[in-house]
Amino acid sequence: MRASTREAWLKSALVLPPLAWTLVFMFVPYAIMFTYSFYTRKYPTFVPDFQFGNYIALFQDVQYRQVFLRTLKIASLVSLFALLLSYPVAYCLVFKIRSLRLRMALYMAVIVPLWVSYLLRAYTWKTILGSQGVLNSFLVWAGILAQPTDLLLYNQFSMVITLVHIFIPFMFMPIFTSLEKIPRSLIEASKDLGVGRGWTFLKITLPLSLPGVMAGFTFTFCLSFGDFVAPFLVGGPDGFMIANIVQSQFGTALNWPLGSAISIAILAIVLTVISISDRFERSGRLDLG
Amino acid sequence: MSMVGNSRQRHDGIDIGLKLFTFMVLAALYLPIVVLIVFSFNDNQVTTLPLRGFTLDWYRRVFSNEDMLKATYNSFKVGLFATAITLVVGTAAAFAIDRTDFPGKNVFRRLVLLPLVLPGIITGISMLNFFRVLGFTLSLETVILGHATALISIVVTQVYARLQRINRRIEEASSDLGAKPWQTFLYVTLPSIRTALFGSGLICFTLSFDEIPVTFFLTGRDNTLPMYIYSTLRKGITPEINAIGTIIVVASLAIIVLSVRLLQDEKR
Repeated sequence: MRASTREAWLKSALVLPPLAWTLVFMFVPYAIMFTYSFYTRKYPTFVPDFQFGNYIALFQDVQYRQVFLRTLKIASLVSLFALLLSYPVAYCLVFKIRSLRLRMALYMAVIVPLWVSYLLRAYTWKTILGSQGVLNSFLVWAGILAQPTDLLLYNQFSMVITLVHIFIPFMFMPIFTSLEKIPRSLIEASKDLGVGRGWTFLKITLPLSLPGVMAGFTFTFCLSFGDFVAPFLVGGPDGFMIANIVQSQFGTALNWPLGSAISIAILAIVLTVISISDRFERSGRLDLG
Repeated sequence: MSMVGNSRQRHDGIDIGLKLFTFMVLAALYLPIVVLIVFSFNDNQVTTLPLRGFTLDWYRRVFSNEDMLKATYNSFKVGLFATAITLVVGTAAAFAIDRTDFPGKNVFRRLVLLPLVLPGIITGISMLNFFRVLGFTLSLETVILGHATALISIVVTQVYARLQRINRRIEEASSDLGAKPWQTFLYVTLPSIRTALFGSGLICFTLSFDEIPVTFFLTGRDNTLPMYIYSTLRKGITPEINAIGTIIVVASLAIIVLSVRLLQDEKR
């Protein structure tokens, strides 16, 4: 009896701190943000209210709608290109590199940049793509361009390049893991049955790696959707994203209720993507035990 | 016979193409880092080719820039405190998810892991609103709370993964032999998750040291190093940024390689 009460105490001592932390610093702040999204702006602050004006503005105001759609487009393009670049690399590492040591070394080489200063990697693209930048001066030196072009920076092109570069490791990691989990015997069985490489890939490898693709897609899409640092550095007016609007509502525009409403919209999109990918992953999971 | 030969040749071609592609993607991943390092030593105010000559001037300027040094000190402070909090709370959360059952556990698990895929701006804005309601003044302390909240998820995933792999029978054996729960924890459980703690702690520190989106909304008058760099970039590029950037990137690379090794340590 005493032992079990003590164990119960121990367990609640374990559960309570993280539970309290998420409640105080995540749940309550989200609830406050949700409440603020219905308030009315009254310069320079805002007053309690319950109205949907902020959400309506988000959908009716042409400017906001345009930026919202552009953000969707850029996040989708970034996820797509990151996938097209990461999948072959993950596949090559898992199936074409036989030495385990070399494979782990290459795996590490791909994922290490993930944690290396995001700000600096975005910033360097600015120095590479700028009109006086590394790429331009190289192209002029090589005689490919007569004079530097300013088409490389401050547009959606530079945004997509920078974000793809940042998110390749995020996309790569789960794909690599899911490819590594595929039992080699399945692929050998398919070959023994006389199925060609292409069909084996399409019928076995690809479907079994889809949970990894889905996870990578979720990371890349959600995180690039809410980014405001890359647009600030390499975006220009044409690469302005939804998070930049949020940023300005809490800065110069001083409209916290609208900023909160847009944040809630971003949160809703992230949660939707997560629940879709969750369902997908569950149905895609094959019990090979 | 010749058909088989042809198809083998084609497959070899595909293999070589695949390896070449992998090499190119890797090169592209490291290109910006190389550019950053090379130009931090280049004797030119503008980041442009051709290279002019070797200089340590930009590094000298970094070390005589009081604001930048102060910001670096602040970043260390924030990183250390945020990491300490994430390790304590994150480890407890990982144990709670792995070994206990309580009502609402599923919601708790989802909430605690949410920041992995949540853009930092949402954490920043929601906590900014929260601190305003409480009447807190924004400072490095609020930044520490923000970083901890955003990074706990990293410790949880790594420690939880390790807990799933360790052999529970050893713990049972320990308690069968009369060890008290805290003794089992201290001498059996803790040593087996030690590398996961070190590894995820190092990653949290690096991420906190480089963090922008949460810091942007939660900092008061004090700047962290990335915020200092961010506001300098507003005014334009200086090679000084390349120099401090090189120091940060090289240090982060070393720390991250170490932590990834620690996290993989007991996999095989």
